[in-house]
Amino acid sequence: MADLLIELFSEEIPAGLQAPAAENLKKLLTNGMVEAGLTYANASTFHTARRLTLVVEDLLDASPTVQEERKGPKVGAPEQAINGFLRGAGLSMNDLEVRDDKKSQVYFAKITKPGRPASEIVAEVLETTIRNFPWPKSMRWGSGSLRWVRPLQSILCILSNEAEVSIVPLEVDGFKADNQTRGHRFMAPDAFAVSGFEDYDTKLKRAKVILRAEERQAAIWQDAQTQAFALGYSVVEDAGLLAEVAGLVEWPVVLMGQIDEEFLDLPPEVLKTSMKEHQKFFSVANPKTGRIERFVTVANIEAADQGATILKGNQKVLAARLADAKFFWENDLREAKAGMGAWQAALENVTFHNRLGSQAGRIKRIAALARDLAPMVGADPDMAEQAALVAKADLSSEMVYEFPELQGHMGRYYALKAGMSAEIAAACETHYSPLGPSDDVPTAPVSVAVALADKLDTLTGFWAIDEKPTGSKDPFALRRAALGVIRLILENHLTLPLADKLTSADAGAGATDLLGFFQDRLKTYLRDRGIRHDVIDACIAMPQSDDLALLVKRAEALQGALATDDGENLIQGFKRANNILSQAEENDGVEYSFGADVKYAENEVEKVLFAALDEADNKIQPAMATQDFATAMAAMATLRGPIDAFFEAVKVNADSALVRRNRLNLLSRVRTTCLSVADLTKVEG
Amino acid sequence: MSTPKSFQEIILRLQTYWAEQGCAILQPYDMEVGAGTFHPATTLRALGSKPWAAAYVQPSRRPTDGRYGENPNRLQHYYQYQVLIKPSPPNLQELYLGSLKAIGIDMTLHDIRFVEDDWESPTLGAWGLGWEVWCDGMEVSQFTYFQQVGGHDCHPISGELTYGLERLAMYVLGVDHVMNMPFNDPSAPIALTYGEIFRQTEEEYARWNFDVANTEVLLRQFEEAEAECETILAQEAVDPKTGKRIIMAHPAYDQCIKASHMFNLLDARGVISVTERQAYIGRVRSLATKCADAFVQTSAAGAA
Repeated sequence: MADLLIELFSEEIPAGLQAPAAENLKKLLTNGMVEAGLTYANASTFHTARRLTLVVEDLLDASPTVQEERKGPKVGAPEQAINGFLRGAGLSMNDLEVRDDKKSQVYFAKITKPGRPASEIVAEVLETTIRNFPWPKSMRWGSGSLRWVRPLQSILCILSNEAEVSIVPLEVDGFKADNQTRGHRFMAPDAFAVSGFEDYDTKLKRAKVILRAEERQAAIWQDAQTQAFALGYSVVEDAGLLAEVAGLVEWPVVLMGQIDEEFLDLPPEVLKTSMKEHQKFFSVANPKTGRIERFVTVANIEAADQGATILKGNQKVLAARLADAKFFWENDLREAKAGMGAWQAALENVTFHNRLGSQAGRIKRIAALARDLAPMVGADPDMAEQAALVAKADLSSEMVYEFPELQGHMGRYYALKAGMSAEIAAACETHYSPLGPSDDVPTAPVSVAVALADKLDTLTGFWAIDEKPTGSKDPFALRRAALGVIRLILENHLTLPLADKLTSADAGAGATDLLGFFQDRLKTYLRDRGIRHDVIDACIAMPQSDDLALLVKRAEALQGALATDDGENLIQGFKRANNILSQAEENDGVEYSFGADVKYAENEVEKVLFAALDEADNKIQPAMATQDFATAMAAMATLRGPIDAFFEAVKVNADSALVRRNRLNLLSRVRTTCLSVADLTKVEG
Repeated sequence: MSTPKSFQEIILRLQTYWAEQGCAILQPYDMEVGAGTFHPATTLRALGSKPWAAAYVQPSRRPTDGRYGENPNRLQHYYQYQVLIKPSPPNLQELYLGSLKAIGIDMTLHDIRFVEDDWESPTLGAWGLGWEVWCDGMEVSQFTYFQQVGGHDCHPISGELTYGLERLAMYVLGVDHVMNMPFNDPSAPIALTYGEIFRQTEEEYARWNFDVANTEVLLRQFEEAEAECETILAQEAVDPKTGKRIIMAHPAYDQCIKASHMFNLLDARGVISVTERQAYIGRVRSLATKCADAFVQTSAAGAA
């Protein structure tokens, strides 16, 4: 057994690509080795800005020898056939064995495939991996033709056990594998040799490299919090930024700096975004003032002056950035106080999509739709319309031009400055939501009206020009918009039949198709919540299924009923009834749908089924009328016993034509009753 | 390395440093360009198989960035320092860091970072991968391995370094407003600041760029340059007068540069709409691509 250590050392790898690359390295290497017969106990990967590292523990020293037996031609077969067989097996006549096989004698070959040493296999698999690495974007450099994410600098590849360390003999385009690596670019740039993973890990730390991304993240976060806490401040959490920053440094050094007084009145979103996007700074809030007053930057070096120069430089760059932001903010406030009319007018000249007109045109449609939706979501129609008209005005502001991700957030500030109500301002901010499956859903009625109108207009518009999502392509984020509508309706418990909303904006013939798209998105949404796709199908087939809240209620009830023993078995009974009935209808060319009469019942169980159906119908009909699906489904499930007993005791295809017809008509009642609750033909089981 | 005293000292030190690394120190190209990349010593020489190593200062013009000399670091005319080495040497990062040391950046005090940046020039039909280089959070250079230029895959690959000289110098010299930056030695008998040399021209050009430049003339010049570029490239490879094979890639490329600058001026005048913008960029790219097609057939590109 040996341990394998691989390090691919390169120029700086983009932060976001490091972790997936490390995973790919592990997957490709271990799969390749196992395929070649080289098994191992454990594999782990590490990544920094300059290295991808893989450790494989307890790797076999060689792949096992494999014995294979191959059956050849019959004894006495033409010479050509025998020679061909010998060539294929790499053997001579003397190696063959003759065995009895059925009625004749046949040649057999025993082939031994000797195992190969680990170093040979590793060299082969690593070379293939390097040459075919799945980087999302890769490059060449110098005169070579090798591709990597940035120029590769060196390859470390060693096998070690207690007795010895050996370098795996490997050369890829002039890069010869070695046992050497380098430390931190500035603090420990010299090369050094390592003898195994532990040695590598220890020496790297001594050479100012923290190998583990989690450890770098933890160090940054802990140090940032400690420094902030000492001043009574708190660092604003940002997991994405933390991961990114940890990918930019091999030896994180946390420095906290101050934001100049003159910028402290900028909205916190502006400070946060500007610092994060341009400088990759964390924001630090003062809980006493509720403002962001400081920043944390992460350097990659322990500077001789404890970071004073670095901090001063960063502060200077930040001041220049924030001076720009302040300039935009002040210009924008003048426009906002003037009522934002100029911004709205400017949107006349902004194309939303070349076949869907301008942003201003789109806003007019959204406003009309928001007004129309308002009563259904409990909003004041005038206010909903007004909110929709100003909700996107901030797209013309200088701040949003500079930081598009602040759209909506700035809208809220500007709407308030323009003297609009808090409800309208809130709608400006939240009408883009929810942006994903875990994003918060607006609940304020005016916001809900605008958010729904915005998304419905997007969907009907793109449907009308036939720009629908296909496969993985969804350039206009229409799936997200549909999911947003679904979540807005369901999480706000809205009764909002979609069908007529999908035609109101000229979708025309696309409406049905669009409703189907919604239902597909709903299926995905509900599947994540544990509701079976066939259950949803069974409910979609029912009337009013464009009322998503109703549809979900029905699906939940059906799933609940199917989870009971009676419910589960009822499906069997229903299907049996349905199959027998359909078969008979097909053979006889008639429809058995009416006239089952208890007076022709010959058997007691038949009578019981008649009675059970009467009782179930009496419960189901009023329950369905009040959308009490649980009661209806429970009543349906009570049919299970009588149906099972019926099939147990009764032969449907009785000799008497009258009895047969009556029984088929009885099964038809079973079908009708069950289908009045949900389309059970769609349920699997 | 001591701290330099002036803007020009930083330029001189870069010149000396890259000369010591074996680069040919070229002079600026004598046409209006938006960036050092447009110099044929970069755009055209990044193509073809012949090794190349050049460094130069390139005055660059971005009419839309004019601020009448008032903004602390925005100018419509500024300087870039450009290095292009083909094939890119394996130690190009170290060579680059050496240049920062040469201009007085102490690596034990500063935080230098290579931050992902995928460079792309839609007008030149070029792209590459590399980084923005940050010094204490400020972008001081762009570092790019060219993968494609003028629609051609590069082979071998060039390493390109671009330094924004004013910004870098302001940082090294500790100056807050570009116009206050000493251009020559501040203790010289006639000490000149950047502002004394350029404030007036920034004002003059800002006014002309934004409000006065005759858009009809600019438009006509764009079209003339475009037509001339096409005409040049349509000529037979063999010159009927000398009987020599002379493909006129450089004169054609001059017209491409001219068209690109006319487009920038039109843009600054605000007469190009969002949709038209893409179309103009496409027209310049088409010229750049044709010039590249022509250059790769010449001996400077290593063609027989």
